[in-house]
Amino acid sequence: MGVGIQVENLNAWYGTNHTLLDINLHIPANQCTALIGPSGCGKSTFVRCLNRMHETNPIAKVTGKVQMGETDIYGDTSPVEIRRRIGMVFQRPNPFPTMSIYDNVASGLRLNGFGNRRVLDEVVERSLKNAALWDEVKSDLKKKSGASLSGGQQQRLCIARALAVDPEVLLMDEPASALDPVSTAKIEDLIFQLKSQYTIVIVTHNMQQAARVAERTGFFLNGKLVEFDTTHKIFTNPGDKRTEDYITGRFG
Amino acid sequence: MASQYKTSAWNRISRNIADRLASSLAVLSTLIVITPLIVIFGYLLYKGASSLNLAFFTNIPKPVGEMGGGMANAIVGSAVLLGIGSAIGVPIGIAAGIFLAEFGQGGRLANIIRFTADVLNGVPSIVMGIAIYSLIVLPQRHFSAFAGGVALGIMMIPTITRTTEEMLLMVPHSIREAALGLGVPNWRSVLSVSLRTASPGVITGCMLAFARVAGETAPLLFTAFGNQFWSVAVNQPIAALPLQIYVYANSPYDEWHRLAWAGALVLISLIVISVSLVRYVTSRGVLKGAN
Repeated sequence: MGVGIQVENLNAWYGTNHTLLDINLHIPANQCTALIGPSGCGKSTFVRCLNRMHETNPIAKVTGKVQMGETDIYGDTSPVEIRRRIGMVFQRPNPFPTMSIYDNVASGLRLNGFGNRRVLDEVVERSLKNAALWDEVKSDLKKKSGASLSGGQQQRLCIARALAVDPEVLLMDEPASALDPVSTAKIEDLIFQLKSQYTIVIVTHNMQQAARVAERTGFFLNGKLVEFDTTHKIFTNPGDKRTEDYITGRFG
Repeated sequence: MASQYKTSAWNRISRNIADRLASSLAVLSTLIVITPLIVIFGYLLYKGASSLNLAFFTNIPKPVGEMGGGMANAIVGSAVLLGIGSAIGVPIGIAAGIFLAEFGQGGRLANIIRFTADVLNGVPSIVMGIAIYSLIVLPQRHFSAFAGGVALGIMMIPTITRTTEEMLLMVPHSIREAALGLGVPNWRSVLSVSLRTASPGVITGCMLAFARVAGETAPLLFTAFGNQFWSVAVNQPIAALPLQIYVYANSPYDEWHRLAWAGALVLISLIVISVSLVRYVTSRGVLKGAN
């Protein structure tokens, strides 16, 4: 089951560049939350702060509080543990090129020292089914490299890989921006199904996509969270003039 | 409407000529590069093949004046020396390359290591032999296969380190992020993801280093020393193909000259065979569509 995330006074920097300013919001459990905004507004930085990927950059810094369920994300728990509980799907599909489809999905468990064959077989099948990829790849699971699939298949493979470690939250950083419309539709269908089991945060450039998949939407601008509300409210009756300008296409 | 960038006939002809010229230059350069290789190998075949027989691979050298004899001990000796050298050079070289690419980036220590590796690469092999002579042979008071192996191993390190570093730096950042994002500890991600992705290039680096030291004579002169008899003991002087070739080629006897040619042919063939073997074995596991 998914858990909610409470963010309080989150600030982030890249070197001297203050990229996130005092972000406060609550991401509800088992819903999809979309983050929209123009390029460079800080929405990617924000999701990278949620699973502590932000700090893998040596010049990055972050302050504030992030609470996932009972866990203080910037508390005593190690970042490695946090990232196991909060899965991530990146903008560009990034399967491990030297690994087979099977090994890609199993990698999260295997590289953490888990090697029970029978359980791995089950997890790989379940994850690929959850990612709606199983039927397309089941015949050459161990024969083909993850990199041999098409772009859309690769991205679903990456989703399966993230699901295989059984996270509670799934972060998606523009998961469909490098894909064609058919693959995009598949990913969106997937998000609909995954909501029942996971809390999903999706960063997107595509406002129609946010409107289609998300219960709640946040609008970022210049490192600030301008508005955060139900998707319906954001797209029909935004409270802030800047949000209205953005969603009606007047800038960005 | 016709494009305003329409080209003239002369334009197209000159472009074609430039294209042909560039292609022929590339082909010519390739020919120039591989010609010496083919000529050397052909000449070795011509000079050495006639002296190759079963005895060459099974006998040890005969005393001066007696006909026949072989280089069995030198072939085995070279294998022992290269085994010791690889056991030292490959792990240290790869580990240093990993440090340079993954942990020490831009740091002072990394710059020092990188500089040292480049200098080490340029050290004449005879100097390496003398260095190991004073560090290992003198304190032990005898020549040994171990000393020879260490000399070869140290010579392998810089090549392996620098290629490992370059290959790791070519692994896309997104692949590392994928591993970290799955909650994989950094060290595990470096070994199982980055190094594995870079492994074809790393193996090439190891093979280059191996092939280079396999033919080295100078570092073995004062370390492994050579041996006319059977010996595979690590703490005893040991025979090696390049050493044996060197001694025989410098001798005044025709019979030994012929054996030296045969030895050179065998040395080159063994290098080619072992490099191809490693390539074959490591390419078998590669999956369909892996880039």
